[in-house]
Amino acid sequence: MPVSILKQREYLIASIQSALTDTEVLELRDALLAEVAKHRARGVIVDVAALDVIDSFVSRSLSTVARTNRLRGAKTVVVGIRPDVAVAMSQFGLRLDAVHTALDLEAGLELLDS
Amino acid sequence: MHIASDADTVVARQKGREAALLIGLSRTEATFVATAISEIARNITIHAGHGEVVIREVTEDGRRGMVVVARDEGPGIRDVAAVLRQEYSSDAGLGIGLWGARRLMDEIEVSSAPGMGTTVTMKKWRGIDEVGLLLHE
Ligand SMILES: Nc1ncnc2c1ncn2[C@@H]1O[C@H](COP(=O)(O)OP(=O)(O)OP(=O)(O)O)[C@@H](O)[C@H]1O
Ligand SMILES: [Mg+2]
Repeated sequence: MPVSILKQREYLIASIQSALTDTEVLELRDALLAEVAKHRARGVIVDVAALDVIDSFVSRSLSTVARTNRLRGAKTVVVGIRPDVAVAMSQFGLRLDAVHTALDLEAGLELLDS
Repeated sequence: MHIASDADTVVARQKGREAALLIGLSRTEATFVATAISEIARNITIHAGHGEVVIREVTEDGRRGMVVVARDEGPGIRDVAAVLRQEYSSDAGLGIGLWGARRLMDEIEVSSAPGMGTTVTMKKWRGIDEVGLLLHE
Protein backbone atom coordinates (compact mmCIF):
# COMPACT_ATOMS: atom_id res chain seq x y z
CA MET A 1 0.00 0.00 0.00
CA PRO A 2 1.62 3.29 -1.09
CA VAL A 3 0.78 5.04 2.18
CA SER A 4 3.02 5.92 5.12
CA ILE A 5 1.48 6.15 8.59
CA LEU A 6 3.52 8.03 11.19
CA LYS A 7 2.86 8.77 14.84
CA GLN A 8 3.30 12.34 16.00
CA ARG A 9 2.41 13.11 19.62
CA GLU A 10 -1.08 11.69 20.20
CA TYR A 11 -1.88 11.87 16.50
CA LEU A 12 -1.42 9.64 13.46
CA ILE A 13 -0.50 11.10 10.11
CA ALA A 14 -1.21 9.05 6.99
CA SER A 15 0.34 10.30 3.77
CA ILE A 16 -0.92 8.77 0.56
CA GLN A 17 1.92 8.62 -1.99
CA SER A 18 0.09 7.87 -5.23
CA ALA A 19 -3.27 6.97 -6.78
CA LEU A 20 -4.84 4.02 -4.94
CA THR A 21 -6.74 1.01 -6.17
CA ASP A 22 -9.94 0.05 -4.31
CA THR A 23 -8.04 -2.79 -2.65
CA GLU A 24 -5.46 -0.33 -1.38
CA VAL A 25 -8.20 2.04 -0.16
CA LEU A 26 -9.63 -0.81 1.93
CA GLU A 27 -6.15 -1.66 3.23
CA LEU A 28 -5.69 1.97 4.23
CA ARG A 29 -9.09 2.03 5.96
CA ASP A 30 -8.27 -1.10 7.96
CA ALA A 31 -4.72 0.02 8.79
CA LEU A 32 -5.98 3.38 10.06
CA LEU A 33 -8.61 1.78 12.28
CA ALA A 34 -6.07 -0.70 13.67
CA GLU A 35 -3.38 1.94 14.28
CA VAL A 36 -5.76 4.34 16.02
CA ALA A 37 -6.78 1.56 18.42
CA LYS A 38 -3.20 0.40 18.97
CA HIS A 39 -1.79 3.87 19.71
CA ARG A 40 -4.92 5.21 21.40
CA ALA A 41 -4.58 8.16 19.03
CA ARG A 42 -6.76 11.23 19.63
CA GLY A 43 -6.65 12.33 16.04
CA VAL A 44 -5.83 11.12 12.54
CA ILE A 45 -4.76 13.23 9.60
CA VAL A 46 -5.08 11.72 6.12
CA ASP A 47 -3.20 13.61 3.42
CA VAL A 48 -4.97 12.93 0.13
CA ALA A 49 -3.06 15.40 -2.07
CA ALA A 50 -1.76 12.48 -4.19
CA LEU A 51 -5.26 11.17 -4.98
CA ASP A 52 -6.23 11.79 -8.62
CA VAL A 53 -9.86 11.02 -7.90
CA ILE A 54 -12.11 10.92 -4.84
CA ASP A 55 -15.15 8.92 -5.90
CA SER A 56 -17.98 7.22 -4.02
CA PHE A 57 -15.73 4.37 -2.90
CA VAL A 58 -12.99 6.58 -1.42
CA SER A 59 -15.57 8.90 0.20
CA ARG A 60 -17.39 6.01 1.80
CA SER A 61 -14.15 4.51 3.12
CA LEU A 62 -12.98 7.82 4.63
CA SER A 63 -16.40 8.31 6.24
CA THR A 64 -16.27 4.82 7.73
CA VAL A 65 -12.90 5.61 9.30
CA ALA A 66 -14.17 8.95 10.62
CA ARG A 67 -17.38 7.55 12.06
CA THR A 68 -15.55 4.69 13.78
CA ASN A 69 -12.88 7.03 15.16
CA ARG A 70 -15.54 9.40 16.43
CA LEU A 71 -17.08 6.60 18.47
CA ARG A 72 -13.65 6.18 20.08
CA GLY A 73 -13.25 9.89 20.71
CA ALA A 74 -10.74 10.50 17.93
CA LYS A 75 -11.04 13.11 15.21
CA THR A 76 -10.34 12.42 11.53
CA VAL A 77 -9.05 15.26 9.39
CA VAL A 78 -8.65 14.92 5.64
CA VAL A 79 -6.14 17.42 4.26
CA GLY A 80 -4.88 18.33 0.81
CA ILE A 81 -7.96 17.65 -1.36
CA ARG A 82 -6.90 19.02 -4.75
CA PRO A 83 -8.99 21.96 -6.02
CA ASP A 84 -10.19 20.06 -9.11
CA VAL A 85 -11.04 17.03 -6.98
CA ALA A 86 -13.02 19.23 -4.57
CA VAL A 87 -15.07 20.66 -7.47
CA ALA A 88 -15.72 17.15 -8.81
CA MET A 89 -16.83 15.88 -5.38
CA SER A 90 -19.19 18.80 -5.03
CA GLN A 91 -20.66 18.30 -8.52
CA PHE A 92 -21.02 14.57 -7.80
CA GLY A 93 -22.79 15.34 -4.54
CA LEU A 94 -20.37 13.35 -2.38
CA ARG A 95 -20.25 14.16 1.30
CA LEU A 96 -17.49 13.20 3.69
CA ASP A 97 -19.70 12.25 6.60
CA ALA A 98 -18.04 12.81 10.05
CA VAL A 99 -14.81 13.92 8.39
CA HIS A 100 -13.11 17.22 9.26
CA THR A 101 -11.17 18.90 6.48
CA ALA A 102 -8.25 21.34 6.39
CA LEU A 103 -6.16 22.84 3.64
CA ASP A 104 -2.86 21.17 4.50
CA LEU A 105 -0.99 19.22 7.17
CA GLU A 106 -0.20 22.31 9.24
CA ALA A 107 -3.83 23.44 9.24
CA GLY A 108 -4.87 19.89 10.08
CA LEU A 109 -2.60 19.79 13.14
CA GLU A 110 -3.96 23.17 14.24
CA LEU A 111 -7.50 21.84 13.94
CA LEU A 112 -6.65 18.81 16.09
CA ASP A 113 -4.90 20.99 18.70
CA SER A 114 -7.83 23.39 18.98
CA MET B 1 -8.88 -1.01 -22.59
CA HIS B 2 -9.69 -4.30 -20.96
CA ILE B 3 -11.17 -3.90 -17.45
CA ALA B 4 -10.93 -6.87 -15.13
CA SER B 5 -9.48 -5.53 -11.87
CA ASP B 6 -9.35 -2.43 -9.70
CA ALA B 7 -5.84 -1.76 -11.06
CA ASP B 8 -7.33 -1.58 -14.59
CA THR B 9 -9.81 0.98 -13.28
CA VAL B 10 -6.97 3.22 -12.07
CA VAL B 11 -5.29 3.01 -15.50
CA ALA B 12 -8.60 3.70 -17.30
CA ARG B 13 -9.31 6.86 -15.33
CA GLN B 14 -5.73 8.08 -15.81
CA LYS B 15 -6.03 7.50 -19.56
CA GLY B 16 -9.37 9.29 -19.50
CA ARG B 17 -7.83 12.30 -17.80
CA GLU B 18 -4.97 12.43 -20.32
CA ALA B 19 -7.38 12.17 -23.25
CA ALA B 20 -9.60 14.92 -21.80
CA LEU B 21 -6.64 17.28 -21.46
CA LEU B 22 -5.46 16.48 -25.01
CA ILE B 23 -8.91 17.25 -26.39
CA GLY B 24 -8.79 20.59 -24.63
CA LEU B 25 -11.02 20.10 -21.61
CA SER B 26 -9.98 21.98 -18.47
CA ARG B 27 -8.15 20.35 -15.60
CA THR B 28 -11.36 20.32 -13.56
CA GLU B 29 -13.39 18.83 -16.42
CA ALA B 30 -10.68 16.18 -16.86
CA THR B 31 -11.14 15.27 -13.18
CA PHE B 32 -14.93 15.05 -13.71
CA VAL B 33 -14.29 12.57 -16.54
CA ALA B 34 -11.75 10.57 -14.50
CA THR B 35 -14.19 10.33 -11.57
CA ALA B 36 -17.05 9.17 -13.81
CA ILE B 37 -14.79 6.54 -15.42
CA SER B 38 -13.78 5.33 -11.96
CA GLU B 39 -17.46 4.67 -11.13
CA ILE B 40 -18.43 2.89 -14.34
CA ALA B 41 -15.22 0.84 -14.55
CA ARG B 42 -15.79 -0.29 -10.95
CA ASN B 43 -19.33 -1.31 -11.92
CA ILE B 44 -17.83 -3.53 -14.62
CA THR B 45 -15.46 -5.33 -12.23
CA ILE B 46 -18.00 -5.64 -9.41
CA HIS B 47 -21.22 -6.38 -11.27
CA ALA B 48 -20.00 -7.98 -14.51
CA GLY B 49 -16.52 -9.32 -13.74
CA HIS B 50 -14.84 -7.92 -16.81
CA GLY B 51 -15.45 -5.73 -19.82
CA GLU B 52 -13.89 -2.84 -21.66
CA VAL B 53 -13.63 0.93 -21.68
CA VAL B 54 -13.06 2.79 -24.95
CA ILE B 55 -12.22 6.49 -25.06
CA ARG B 56 -12.58 8.50 -28.26
CA GLU B 57 -12.64 12.07 -29.42
CA VAL B 58 -15.92 13.23 -31.04
CA THR B 59 -16.99 16.16 -33.16
CA GLU B 60 -20.72 16.72 -33.48
CA ASP B 61 -22.47 19.82 -34.86
CA GLY B 62 -19.16 21.66 -34.72
CA ARG B 63 -18.64 20.80 -31.05
CA ARG B 64 -15.57 18.92 -29.90
CA GLY B 65 -15.52 16.60 -26.98
CA MET B 66 -14.90 13.09 -25.81
CA VAL B 67 -16.93 9.95 -25.55
CA VAL B 68 -16.33 7.13 -23.10
CA VAL B 69 -17.96 3.78 -23.81
CA ALA B 70 -17.97 1.12 -21.09
CA ARG B 71 -19.20 -2.27 -22.24
CA ASP B 72 -19.62 -5.64 -20.59
CA GLU B 73 -21.50 -8.88 -21.08
CA GLY B 74 -22.51 -9.29 -17.46
CA PRO B 75 -26.00 -9.80 -16.00
CA GLY B 76 -27.33 -6.39 -17.14
CA ILE B 77 -29.51 -3.92 -15.25
CA ARG B 78 -33.24 -4.59 -14.85
CA ASP B 79 -34.47 -1.02 -14.35
CA VAL B 80 -32.05 1.42 -15.92
CA ALA B 81 -34.27 4.46 -15.34
CA ALA B 82 -34.48 3.73 -11.62
CA VAL B 83 -30.70 3.38 -11.33
CA LEU B 84 -30.16 6.80 -12.93
CA ARG B 85 -32.73 8.35 -10.59
CA GLN B 86 -30.88 7.00 -7.55
CA GLU B 87 -33.89 5.01 -6.38
CA TYR B 88 -31.99 1.82 -6.76
CA SER B 89 -29.69 0.37 -4.16
CA SER B 90 -27.63 -2.78 -4.06
CA ASP B 91 -26.36 -4.49 -0.93
CA ALA B 92 -22.85 -3.56 -1.98
CA GLY B 93 -23.36 0.17 -2.24
CA LEU B 94 -25.57 3.21 -2.06
CA GLY B 95 -26.42 3.12 -5.76
CA ILE B 96 -24.81 6.48 -6.37
CA GLY B 97 -22.19 5.53 -8.95
CA LEU B 98 -24.18 5.97 -12.18
CA TRP B 99 -26.11 8.86 -10.72
CA GLY B 100 -22.81 10.64 -9.94
CA ALA B 101 -21.44 9.88 -13.41
CA ARG B 102 -24.56 11.48 -14.84
CA ARG B 103 -23.93 14.69 -12.89
CA LEU B 104 -20.25 14.81 -13.84
CA MET B 105 -20.69 14.24 -17.58
CA ASP B 106 -22.74 16.24 -20.10
CA GLU B 107 -24.54 13.20 -21.49
CA ILE B 108 -24.97 9.62 -20.35
CA GLU B 109 -26.83 6.77 -21.95
CA VAL B 110 -27.18 3.37 -20.33
CA SER B 111 -28.34 0.55 -22.52
CA SER B 112 -28.90 -2.69 -20.71
CA ALA B 113 -31.31 -5.53 -20.17
CA PRO B 114 -31.11 -8.71 -18.09
CA GLY B 115 -28.81 -11.20 -19.78
CA MET B 116 -27.83 -8.69 -22.42
CA GLY B 117 -24.89 -7.00 -20.76
CA THR B 118 -24.50 -3.29 -20.15
CA THR B 119 -23.20 -0.44 -22.29
CA VAL B 120 -22.70 2.99 -20.75
CA THR B 121 -21.94 5.82 -23.18
CA MET B 122 -20.86 9.13 -21.65
CA LYS B 123 -19.94 12.40 -23.35
CA LYS B 124 -18.22 15.54 -22.23
CA TRP B 125 -18.11 18.58 -24.50
CA ARG B 126 -15.38 21.15 -24.61
CA GLY B 127 -16.48 24.62 -23.52
CA ILE B 128 -16.74 27.27 -26.20
CA ASP B 129 -13.21 28.01 -27.38
CA GLU B 130 -13.24 31.79 -27.47
CA VAL B 131 -9.60 32.12 -28.46
CA GLY B 132 -10.18 29.67 -31.30
CA LEU B 133 -13.24 31.61 -32.46
CA LEU B 134 -11.29 34.89 -32.44
CA LEU B 135 -8.50 33.36 -34.48
CA HIS B 136 -11.10 32.13 -36.95
CA GLU B 137 -12.65 35.55 -37.53
N1 LIG C 1 -22.13 -2.96 -15.52
C1 LIG C 1 -23.16 -3.37 -14.76
N2 LIG C 1 -23.65 -4.63 -14.88
C2 LIG C 1 -24.70 -5.05 -14.14
N3 LIG C 1 -25.33 -4.29 -13.22
C3 LIG C 1 -24.88 -3.03 -13.05
C4 LIG C 1 -23.80 -2.50 -13.80
N4 LIG C 1 -23.60 -1.22 -13.43
C5 LIG C 1 -24.51 -0.97 -12.48
N5 LIG C 1 -25.29 -2.06 -12.25
C6 LIG C 1 -26.45 -2.15 -11.32
O1 LIG C 1 -26.92 -0.85 -11.08
C7 LIG C 1 -26.88 -0.59 -9.69
C8 LIG C 1 -26.48 0.84 -9.44
O2 LIG C 1 -25.13 1.06 -9.85
P1 LIG C 1 -24.36 2.26 -9.27
O3 LIG C 1 -22.96 2.27 -9.74
O4 LIG C 1 -25.17 3.47 -9.53
O5 LIG C 1 -24.39 1.93 -7.73
P2 LIG C 1 -23.70 0.71 -6.90
O6 LIG C 1 -22.65 0.05 -7.73
O7 LIG C 1 -24.76 -0.12 -6.30
O8 LIG C 1 -23.08 1.38 -5.73
P3 LIG C 1 -21.98 2.53 -5.72
O9 LIG C 1 -21.65 2.89 -7.13
O10 LIG C 1 -22.65 3.59 -4.98
O11 LIG C 1 -20.84 1.91 -5.03
C9 LIG C 1 -25.91 -1.59 -9.12
O12 LIG C 1 -26.22 -1.93 -7.80
C10 LIG C 1 -26.09 -2.79 -10.03
O13 LIG C 1 -27.15 -3.58 -9.60
MG1 LIG D 1 -21.21 1.39 -8.68
